Amino acid sequence: MHTLFRISKVTILIQTFMKILVCISSVPDTTSKISFEENDTKFNKTGIQYIIGPYDDYALARAVELKETHAATVTVLNVGLADSEPQIRKALAIGADDAVRIDAEPTDSFFVANEIANYAKDKSFDLILMGRETTDYNSGVVHGMVGEMLGMPSFSPVMELNIDGTAVKLSKEIEGGKEKLETSLPCVMGCQEPIAEWKIPNMRGIMGARTKPLQVIAPSTGSLTAIEKYELPPAKGACKMISAEDAGSLIALLQTEAKVL
Amino acid sequence: MSVLIYTELADGQYKKSSIEAINYGSKVAAQLGISSIVLAIGAASEADLAKAGNFGSTKVLHAADANLVAENIMAYSKVLIETAKSQNASVVVSAKSALADAVMARAAGALQAGLVGNVVELPDTTSGFKVKRSIFSGKAFAFTNITSDVKFLAIKKNVLALEEGTASAPVEKISVDTANLTESSKVTETIKATGTLSLPEADLVVSGGRGMKGPEHWQPLLDLAEALGAATACSKPVSDLDWRPHHEHVGQTGVKVSPNLYIACGISGAIQHLAGVNSSKVIVVINKDPEAPFFKAADYGIVGDVFDVLPKLTAAVKAM
Ligand SMILES: Cc1cc2nc3c(=O)[nH]c(=O)nc-3n(C[C@H](O)[C@H](O)[C@H](O)COP(=O)(O)OP(=O)(O)OC[C@H]3O[C@@H](n4cnc5c(N)ncnc54)[C@H](O)[C@@H]3O)c2cc1C
Ligand SMILES: Nc1ncnc2c1ncn2[C@@H]1O[C@H](COP(=O)(O)O)[C@@H](O)[C@H]1O
Repeated sequence: MHTLFRISKVTILIQTFMKILVCISSVPDTTSKISFEENDTKFNKTGIQYIIGPYDDYALARAVELKETHAATVTVLNVGLADSEPQIRKALAIGADDAVRIDAEPTDSFFVANEIANYAKDKSFDLILMGRETTDYNSGVVHGMVGEMLGMPSFSPVMELNIDGTAVKLSKEIEGGKEKLETSLPCVMGCQEPIAEWKIPNMRGIMGARTKPLQVIAPSTGSLTAIEKYELPPAKGACKMISAEDAGSLIALLQTEAKVL
Repeated sequence: MSVLIYTELADGQYKKSSIEAINYGSKVAAQLGISSIVLAIGAASEADLAKAGNFGSTKVLHAADANLVAENIMAYSKVLIETAKSQNASVVVSAKSALADAVMARAAGALQAGLVGNVVELPDTTSGFKVKRSIFSGKAFAFTNITSDVKFLAIKKNVLALEEGTASAPVEKISVDTANLTESSKVTETIKATGTLSLPEADLVVSGGRGMKGPEHWQPLLDLAEALGAATACSKPVSDLDWRPHHEHVGQTGVKVSPNLYIACGISGAIQHLAGVNSSKVIVVINKDPEAPFFKAADYGIVGDVFDVLPKLTAAVKAM
């Protein structure tokens, strides 16, 4: 927390500024047809529409909301190649103040986390918001790794987040229910709905985003895992249809044919 | 050196997914010729914990300090980190769950370990350490080589047949100081549905979509689930409309399940829904619209009204 003493004509305002970092992934749209090329060693990007990770969009929306109620700045960070800049610009149009892109292909969770932590370590962010997981590799771990690397508590999947001074109240999903917690800034979170409603950029936001700063920096570390080959699952066999009148016979098939009961 | 298996307990017993992780980790240990050690956190009896031996482990380390009762990510990860160090673990295995992801992530961060999730097969350790994992919510697989000294794997549910023996494993109490960690993030309230089956753990799931018409019409679905001993789930609009609780919603933005049987009632089968259920072994779809996209992903289909079909299925299960 940075406490600024601002002297105006009549009063002395003590204002607390909150520095928020939102980490976004750039991922294929959820309806994309997945295929590979170069002998199944590379993801085929042809015709793929990229989007801000759906969960990351919730994190971004909550960060922008916090700006409305708290004095806060929002920096958006992506580890990715130049082709993720449209998604970064979109985040700026939604309301982030500035952006950072770490120029590398993000295929390894530890690498991504390490890059985020290295960037953030001397910038005293109060809050680091991420999505619960990326929708390409579905790992759900970068927030925890960053928390550990920066010595901050981490929470996921967070569904409610409220901040009062340095006191933080949150609720996170647990199996079969939810848990309410109290912690303090700084901390790291992986977010999911209904933490906020997705925001759509308006015209003013889109215009403004063009001139907001986007810094590109080179990666400083390496990956601990490497993808060597991809594979598609075998095609699904035909669906066996059972008439509604005779619906009960399905149960016998599940027992004797599919052997799942 | 050892394979360390991080497990989760529910009501004093290993969760089913943790048993699968024990089995998986023990096979990796055998492959590498090193020992298979289980870490269990929370309250459980020694006899119950010793069952890890049935699934191939040679030792159980039990951390049950009084402050380890609530699911505290910081405290649990500290225990895992310290144990991985003391046991000289070269591989750390867990089942995938929201809590395990959070705990494993911190530990992998601390131990400079490559972490791969959604693993679906035993690793290939003939050259390097290669694992097959599911990516794009089940739409593809990636073969990934882990090059760090310590390797972290999170296993997808229901991918390996369980092998059960009769050995039991000695249980050793361990203690790791976590008091200040539980203090810095306090659980103030836990709201948990009681008496219902855990959805991510379930072998059988009955799920309802907007075709169920409203929360007041859920009884036929609940009846079938009860007769089968299945967990209940729903589509996203159903939980958005508050017909069912959020933790029941499956799909891209919800819980991902891989049960033996998934029965979809009045769900259209949007791609985002399929992303959460397409690794199920067998999928049954009940929909009044023969053109519903879900039929393309199904093994068995019934074109009909759910309110007519569900009672017939329940009756057939009861007659089983
Ligand atoms: C980024 C993103 C993420 C999303 N994530 C998820 C997710 O995680 N999970 C999810 O489920 N959705 C998700 N969605 C929403 C998804 O696209 C669909 O809108 C949703 O799955 C549709 O739910 P439904 O099948 O219950 O409803 P509908 O699409 O309205 O389908 C209802 C079905 O019921 C049938 N029906 C109606 N009456 C009867 C009857 N009496 N008997 C039998 N059948 C009947 C109809 O024929 C129809 O097929 C997401 C969308 C986006 C954009
Ligand atoms: N390449 C990336 N750049 C920035 N943030 C990322 C990147 N990959 C993952 N994240 C963040 O980390 C969260 C968890 O990702 P993961 O552990 O990869 O499932 C995502 O929801 C993002 O908020």
